[in-house]
Amino acid sequence: MSPELAITLTVLLPAAATLLLAAFDKQPNLREAVSLLTAGALFIIILGLLQTVLDGAQPTAHWFDVLPGLSLTFEIEPLGMLFGVIASGLWIVTTLYSIGYMRGNKETKQTRFYICFAIAISATMGIAFAANMFTLFIFYEVLTLSTYPLVAHKETDAARKGARTYMGILVTTSIGFQLVAIVWTWVVAGTLDFEQGGILADKIDPTLLPFLLALYAFGIGKAALMPFHRWLPAAMVAPTPVSALLHAVAVVKAGVFTMLKVGVYIFGIDLLATTGAADWLMWLAAFSILAASVVAMTKDNLKARLAYSTISQLSYITLGVALATSLGVMGGAIQIAMHAMGKITLFMCAGAIYVATHKTEISDMDGLGRVMPFTYGAFFIGALSIIGLPPLGGAWTKWYLMLGAADAGQIIMVAVFMVSSLLNIAYLLPVVARGFFMGSTGPVAHSLGAAVAPTKGIQEAPLWCVVPPCLTAIGCLLLFFYVGDIYTLIEPVAFPEGRPQP
Amino acid sequence: MLSSLTPHLPALQVVIPLIAAPLCTLFVNRHLAWAIAFTASVAAFLVSALLLVSVLDGAVISYQLGGWAPPWGIEYRIDAANAFVLFIVSLIGALVLPYARQSIEREFDASTHTYFYTCYLLSLTGFLGVAATGDAFNVFVFLEISSLSSYALVAFGAKRDRRALTAAYNYLIMGTIGATFFVIGLGFLYMVTGTLNMADLAVRLDDVGDTRVTRVAFVFILVGVGLKLAMFPLHLWLPNAYSYAPPPAAAFLAATATKVALYVLLRFMFTIFQFDHPIQGLTFEYVVMPLAIAAMFAASIAAVFQEDIKRLLAYSSIAQVGYMLLGVALLTETGLTAGIIHLFNHAVTKGALFLAVGCFVYQVGSSRLGDLKGIGKTMPWTTAAFAAGGLSLIGVPLTVGFISKWYLIQASLEAGSLLIAGLIVASSLIAMVYVWRIIEVAYLEPAPEGREAKEAPLSMILPTYALVAASLYFGINSELTSSAASVAANALFSATNLASEGASH
Repeated sequence: MSPELAITLTVLLPAAATLLLAAFDKQPNLREAVSLLTAGALFIIILGLLQTVLDGAQPTAHWFDVLPGLSLTFEIEPLGMLFGVIASGLWIVTTLYSIGYMRGNKETKQTRFYICFAIAISATMGIAFAANMFTLFIFYEVLTLSTYPLVAHKETDAARKGARTYMGILVTTSIGFQLVAIVWTWVVAGTLDFEQGGILADKIDPTLLPFLLALYAFGIGKAALMPFHRWLPAAMVAPTPVSALLHAVAVVKAGVFTMLKVGVYIFGIDLLATTGAADWLMWLAAFSILAASVVAMTKDNLKARLAYSTISQLSYITLGVALATSLGVMGGAIQIAMHAMGKITLFMCAGAIYVATHKTEISDMDGLGRVMPFTYGAFFIGALSIIGLPPLGGAWTKWYLMLGAADAGQIIMVAVFMVSSLLNIAYLLPVVARGFFMGSTGPVAHSLGAAVAPTKGIQEAPLWCVVPPCLTAIGCLLLFFYVGDIYTLIEPVAFPEGRPQP
Repeated sequence: MLSSLTPHLPALQVVIPLIAAPLCTLFVNRHLAWAIAFTASVAAFLVSALLLVSVLDGAVISYQLGGWAPPWGIEYRIDAANAFVLFIVSLIGALVLPYARQSIEREFDASTHTYFYTCYLLSLTGFLGVAATGDAFNVFVFLEISSLSSYALVAFGAKRDRRALTAAYNYLIMGTIGATFFVIGLGFLYMVTGTLNMADLAVRLDDVGDTRVTRVAFVFILVGVGLKLAMFPLHLWLPNAYSYAPPPAAAFLAATATKVALYVLLRFMFTIFQFDHPIQGLTFEYVVMPLAIAAMFAASIAAVFQEDIKRLLAYSSIAQVGYMLLGVALLTETGLTAGIIHLFNHAVTKGALFLAVGCFVYQVGSSRLGDLKGIGKTMPWTTAAFAAGGLSLIGVPLTVGFISKWYLIQASLEAGSLLIAGLIVASSLIAMVYVWRIIEVAYLEPAPEGREAKEAPLSMILPTYALVAASLYFGINSELTSSAASVAANALFSATNLASEGASH
């Protein structure tokens, strides 16, 4: 298979699968099989492309011009490749988990759910492999629209309201700021292609750069930079697999990935460093990191706490870009992978707890860890990775980001990362501690055997709600040892002039 | 045979529906009348397509009616700008008729069908004539033909709701005032130049220069046409007219009437009054642009509070006219391109939306939001069409609305105004609010008990989807529309185009 065809397939395959999903509306087993097969096939195609990229090639696929000079074109470069591998790999896990969760919870309208899910993945691939800002923007909007029905899935008043906030903030920011920024870039630079070193140098008055950057930074609402973060907690009304999709696989990752792309390929790290256009963004990101962590501590609802944790963690990446150093970019890219793996673990565990016990508040979960040891074990590992303790993947994020901050001479930012780690401990570990050490569990309202008398035995959620988080928890562990591969992949982007000598 | 007709295409464009119109009434049978009307509208569409193809390279076709040479005789003059408008109008005209058949079969007494088709064709004739002619007074004549038959079309809605009569009456009064202003302006122009041929007018007005009479003429014409195109705050006739007209008529008028009026404005402002007249630039900068922006906001906000979808769409139309005027008022070539491309894009989008609402009315008997709860489950195809049109109205990528927004934002940034770009996106976010209200009601509210609504008949769904498909296709590949719009803008903008050729006559 030629690389060009492969790129096209990554976008079209999940989109085409929706037809089959719709056709098998009445045969759940076939429908789920289609979902899984598509996910698997997509991952294989992407692994094939990964090999091409590691060999140093950057294959492209040109579709057609939408406006004169503005085309839908895809090009595979290291950052996109990283995002593509993570999203497609986690899609498999999420699909497995969805099957367990949606069936275990007896949700309605599952066909619509899987169709929207597939479109969202298709859009995510489009974002990952976009060769220009125009293509990226189009798929960015497709992603927003395709996830709206997912957030509104339960169709209750609360779901409608949450979905409205979700949609409202994401579309407002993307059309209100991002579109203007893109057209502005197009008007001054005459191109929207992603190019190493950026396309804006010498094209625009440097005093205007911070404003343009602001339009981008706030316009990429999916990166949840404060004060445009409200959509993330609002989207918590969605079923848990959707939260996993939002927080780990697609939506927020698409946001911070776009932020990385804009920083590296539109502005260029050098331009940001020499003009200082991103200084304000650095402080704002630092504020986001700390403020969101503090808010997370006040939340008793587990998913809400995780949502604020996500807001905080995303700003790591924004901060990495704003540092405008090679190591900052490296740290940001690694954070995409590490946070995805860690956060999806946490969300799937939260979902498993909900399926098994229908509990959402942390204060109700005392002693649950003894009843659901696998779920809680996975949660513990995921939490440690988010906190950044070795031997888990998250440790590398902190390492490179702190190096980047030190490299930029921003000692305060180094301190921000340290304080943030402490805050992470403060809001994540109590969940685990309450589960294992506190209280005795009363009767556990079990979704499968609701009338079961209080037993001390293990009562886990259905198998396919528990296996996926355990897999990703192992993934967190593996990422610690295989970070070198990510480093090698991203190296040409972060260090275009060659690896720095220590 | 066909090739011998080719030179007469500009005349055929107008004459075919004009002749077919009385035939509809003469042949009393309503099915035959429909067949005649449909054949005529399809023929008109084919003619317009041929004309558009032959002028896309920037050529100009001049046709002398009856062989009388301009400026004495009436000249039909086709360049990219009006060929584009002819194409849109006849496209919508041909698509709405198959839809109308089913719709009016249920709404009207059988005896009145033939009158409807006659009025419809006359209205189409008028719009096509306005666009095709190169004679200023001829514009007035055709404008009145189209307007008078439009008043009648709106009044047909009285069968369902008596308020259609007052709506039509208001429309008539306002439209006539507009026509009067327009013709007074023409009178002033004739007074100082002694000619009514547009090309000739352009040359002679240049000699006359900037006098008080030309200024007065300019303002009269601006106000007159402004009434016809529902320029804020001259839009008061529009919401009632569109909401009480029968659905096919509403779709046809919403997609064409204001667009043709906008074309007239462009033709007079850019071709006849030379672009460098100082009053013109000032008027556009300090009067038209603020009014356009006011329309974008006031009408969009009004749309948010409407309970009836037709009325909501009518207010949205006023806002969309604001976008077109804003593009034009920037007085740059990109701005003009943006205005013209939005003219096409909005015609397609709003046509699709009104047709979809017509399907709701056909099945549910109402277009009020409260009656359409959960309609997405019972009428999935219609609702999906409406949702697609709504997304285009917001300006979501891969729809024509996005192409319009892109050009508009680009034009305002090129003109150096980040503020105007911000206002454009801000007002399209209001569009999101009113579109989303409908989508939420249609998809997420539970359907009421006992409503027996099934999907609309195929003959109504297909035309709706033809327009939806157009609004998606030209959003994905805007090659044709954007090149046509930029050639048209170029033709209008380089006003010397007509003038220099006119001088050679």
